[in-house]
Amino acid sequence: MSDLTKLKVAEARDALRAGDVTSAELTEACLAAIDGADALGAFVHKTPDIARQQAAAADARIQAGDAPALCGIPMGIKDLFCTKGVPSQAASRILEGFKPEYESTVTSKLFEAGTVMLGKLNMDEFAMGSSNETSCYGNAVNPWRRSDDAAALTPGGSSGGSASAVAADLCLAATGTDTGGSIRQPAAFTGITGIKPTYGRCSRWGIVAFASSLDQAGPMTKDVRDSAILLNAMCGHDPKDSTSANLPVPDFEAMLTGDIRGKTIGIPREYRIDGISDEIDALWDRGRDMLRDAGAKIVDISLPHTKYALPTYYVIAPAEASSNLARYDGVRYGHRAKLASGEGINDMYEKTRAEGFGPEVQRRVMVGTYVLSAGFYDAYYNKARKVRSLIKRDFELAFADGVDAILTPATPSPAFGLGEMQDADPVQMYLNDVFTVTVNLAGLPGISVPAGLGHEGLPLGLQLIGRPWEEGDLLNTAYALERAVGFVDKPAKWW
Amino acid sequence: MSIDTGTAAKVAKLARIRVEEDRLPELAQEFSDILDFIEQLNEVDVSGVEPMVSVTPMRLARRVDGVTDGGMQDKILANAPDAREGFFAVPKVVE
Repeated sequence: MSDLTKLKVAEARDALRAGDVTSAELTEACLAAIDGADALGAFVHKTPDIARQQAAAADARIQAGDAPALCGIPMGIKDLFCTKGVPSQAASRILEGFKPEYESTVTSKLFEAGTVMLGKLNMDEFAMGSSNETSCYGNAVNPWRRSDDAAALTPGGSSGGSASAVAADLCLAATGTDTGGSIRQPAAFTGITGIKPTYGRCSRWGIVAFASSLDQAGPMTKDVRDSAILLNAMCGHDPKDSTSANLPVPDFEAMLTGDIRGKTIGIPREYRIDGISDEIDALWDRGRDMLRDAGAKIVDISLPHTKYALPTYYVIAPAEASSNLARYDGVRYGHRAKLASGEGINDMYEKTRAEGFGPEVQRRVMVGTYVLSAGFYDAYYNKARKVRSLIKRDFELAFADGVDAILTPATPSPAFGLGEMQDADPVQMYLNDVFTVTVNLAGLPGISVPAGLGHEGLPLGLQLIGRPWEEGDLLNTAYALERAVGFVDKPAKWW
Repeated sequence: MSIDTGTAAKVAKLARIRVEEDRLPELAQEFSDILDFIEQLNEVDVSGVEPMVSVTPMRLARRVDGVTDGGMQDKILANAPDAREGFFAVPKVVE
């Protein structure tokens, strides 16, 4: 039975249609795998009753010949998505006990497409982090270990639980969200595929907000085809999100031909940064050669403002977070601090937020408050918004020159040890996002594809960045890269 | 840019996060480090550049200014830490 959890979405879909397996069987296999994997800290709220109910309904629909695209596919859902009647805490103490009375648009669409929810997945608190170490639930753990030691490694963040669960075959796929790299970095750290679509593709309605101008949801899957299938189910116009794009969504899976002859792939020279390992550089070179061998034209390009992406991000994201997180005041939902006699409403706000938010969230809310405060708004916030315009223009110029996609490393290193960055200052942790954050600032689609194992036996990923709204073309380029790489490694089970 | 403990205390107050006195020096240092990192932006010539408002150029959709939802007081209050008689309850605000 345990092999069922190893199925990809496309394989399971076809097996369900053929009657070779039932959704109930798939779901039970996943639930058993999840119960046996508590050491990974991936699933933080299990929902077996909902899963069994949805699986039974899915099997009935398949039998009746009325099955939507993803009917019966068991998935995990990141804790950032509001799911009706199920704890949705954004991995924060401040949302302890919160059970939404509504369903996020993305999960609604997934359920309409027939998917089964196995439970909620671990993440960094409010999606702020790159190692899943800021979660109120404790760490999510990478199923991969270095070949020569048993130290627990981070699955990356913020979608660390999603990455760990998919890599360890606890579910067939998972949802993630990406504000500065939170889908792509954990995907790279765990040897799976993850795509952040163009800003506006997936509705943000019902997803706990971190930085609204950067947040996008996307799938985390075992291969490119599965990402294409799930992205189709997740995206589309939603009047409830004013930034949701009213554009048709093509059939992404149908666009996977693997033919990239005549495509132009840009290699941005500014992504060759100091301090990056030779291993990552070599991986990048191999990726370039593979795309060339597949018939693409490789050109060197310049994205001159790359260096300023991280400092821009660390103004804009905290500024938006400080505004979005103002709603957690102990009045309408979640945690409220106990008050001593004589304490008033300001004490309630201040104590509630001090108890409810972890250190990284507090730090970012306060930095955001500072950069938006009178006297600093122009110097920091407006300045960052101007630099953001320049970063976006860099990409527009490259695309105007005929570049179809841009190839970069996904991360500056393989997965690091949990606790290893504990004594580093926050800025060191921020450097994890150096290759991914530009994509959020420019609103572009980006995908991370596993590209090999490093010398420690850990997976490494490459990132492809596409033109806005051209996820189909981007996925096809990723598909060509995936076929050339032929990555089939899996972590050895220790949990 | 160096942030003193007074500024750190003021920011904490504005953000409505209680920070104990003895934590302020450490917080001020963290702010200073992050702001030093952000200061790199001063190297960029942004003259004539418009600050980004929306990452995808779009005109926000409009709708008729009418009531489209409501009548779910129980759902709105369901997650409140303290709700009484159909209202959110908070410590006394007006003296």
